[in-house]
Amino acid sequence: MEGRSRPEPWPGATEGAPVVETRALTKRFGGQLAVDGLDLVVPRGSVFGFLGPNGSGKTTTIRMLMGLIEPTSGTARVLGEEMPRGTRRVLPRVGALIEGPALYGFLSGRDNLTRFDAADPTADARTRRARVGHALDRVGLTGAAGKKARAYSLGMKQRLGLAAALLQPRELLVLDEPTNGLDPQGMREIRTLVRSLASEGTTVFLSSHLLDEIEQVCTHVAVMARGRLLIQGTVGELASSARGRLAVTTPDTAEAVRVLKEHGVNDLAVLDDRVTGELPAGPATELADLNAALVRADVRVRAFGAERASLEDAFVALTGEGFDVAG
Amino acid sequence: MSRAEAAPAGATAVPASAAARRWGLSLLISEVTTTFRRWRTLALLGVLAAVPVLIGIAVKIETGDDGAHGGGGPAFISQVTNNGLFLVFTSLAATLPFFLPMAIGVIAGDSVAGEAGSGTLRYLLVAPAGRTRLLFAKYATTMAFCFAATLVVAVSALAVGALLFPLGEVTLISGTTIGFGEGLLRALAIAVVVALSLVGVAALGLFVSTLTNSGVAAMATTVGLLITVQILDQFPQLSAIQPYLFPHYWLSFADLLRDPVLWDQVLRNLGLQALYAAVFGSAAWARFTAKDITV
Repeated sequence: MEGRSRPEPWPGATEGAPVVETRALTKRFGGQLAVDGLDLVVPRGSVFGFLGPNGSGKTTTIRMLMGLIEPTSGTARVLGEEMPRGTRRVLPRVGALIEGPALYGFLSGRDNLTRFDAADPTADARTRRARVGHALDRVGLTGAAGKKARAYSLGMKQRLGLAAALLQPRELLVLDEPTNGLDPQGMREIRTLVRSLASEGTTVFLSSHLLDEIEQVCTHVAVMARGRLLIQGTVGELASSARGRLAVTTPDTAEAVRVLKEHGVNDLAVLDDRVTGELPAGPATELADLNAALVRADVRVRAFGAERASLEDAFVALTGEGFDVAG
Repeated sequence: MSRAEAAPAGATAVPASAAARRWGLSLLISEVTTTFRRWRTLALLGVLAAVPVLIGIAVKIETGDDGAHGGGGPAFISQVTNNGLFLVFTSLAATLPFFLPMAIGVIAGDSVAGEAGSGTLRYLLVAPAGRTRLLFAKYATTMAFCFAATLVVAVSALAVGALLFPLGEVTLISGTTIGFGEGLLRALAIAVVVALSLVGVAALGLFVSTLTNSGVAAMATTVGLLITVQILDQFPQLSAIQPYLFPHYWLSFADLLRDPVLWDQVLRNLGLQALYAAVFGSAAWARFTAKDITV
């Protein structure tokens, strides 16, 4: 579909043209730069986590990808076509949940879906009833389908919004904070749904402020702050970019700190009977040698191990700030 | 692409449904049913249906004591007691200056801004409804409401008129008498002209609706503009601009009750409405297709 070459080969990318590709995408509202020179590449078949603090430009980016707002400069290509020009051809193949669900309170859940489906000129009216029923079933709303949407709880509204995105088989699903307002059980269901959609071949673009959630379901991740893209890559790459920490549980904490310091472990901290520290850079340190050194120094070790860096560590290292701080 | 291939290849069914899809027939039907299922729409129509009832009862009470005619009130009111059909003309003349255009202003003003305010607009656009097609569906629905509202007034007036007063031959303004059947036809023609008189204010409301994300603000602005223009139309000092004000020729529908019919003012009215529809329809289209949807 694309004659031109991609800017850079994407490490770990699946084959085929990217589902989303932006170049120097910029949006200015008045004097404020909401999105600044964004180069985003979402590989086909990925579950792509889009992370960033509130106000970092995630939703503005999503709105540009969906053709709702026009970029100030730069380009956004979705499914191979430039937006917003390709809206008519691209969007029937895209399901979206943008900034929470929006429903007609005076219509039932089922009638809401029927209305959104009727707005899609490619949707077949003859299969509408069946497809609406299937979408309701998929998000577990069949029992409440006849209720007026204004009587729905936030979680039910969120599910109905998801159902609207699932009215047709989609190549790309854009889900902006899909688990907002859901209880833990509902969040688990959504995660399962995202995984099953991804296994059917749908690319999922998932924006969230819950790092935990991204880590659990996503294969790729991009981090935004203050309108700029800080990093993008596979979840594994990003997490390994933050160094892991060593944790030792021992009653002899003072002695353990001394020994570890000698072996180049930095940033040591003691909490009750737990000593943690940052492993030195480079592959030189063998964890088994560290443990042997502790034992040789008569440190009684109850537990010993390296804790894998979480996405949160990586995020804090990247942005240098707590997660929910507005950018 | 896969969807297009998946569509059934029935030889005759496909072209028809393809055409229906291109024109967004599904969207138009959805738009009309959604609008007419709202309590607010039904309440507006209910209020409009009540106006002829009130006029009819007032006229009945007034003439009950058989006193001297006051000569006040809307056009044709003095003839209602002789012929119930005149209640149709009286009610349309009474509702056209404010009640009808206000109802249109509410529907047209809310059409785009209301969806923007509730956020459903973004989901219609990513469906993707298409901005031009959605705007067309909104305008067509407002027009459908213009006809429905006029029809509600006319039918309610005819029913009340038939119940409270005798029906029969109609004496026209020019003095000629026509049969009841032809009278009914003329009433129908008048209803159509009244509905078409609202085309301009509907386009104006649609344009205002694309300017804001608040349905209430758009409705209030449209109704405010209507009242302002109606007041401006009253000052003789402003006679130079009055022929360009959209309500200026509204009451010319009475000319359809002459024999022969005087088309001059009626046509001028329809031409003015078409001009308003073209100007504000284009403005609404230019605004809506270029608008950033940020809510």
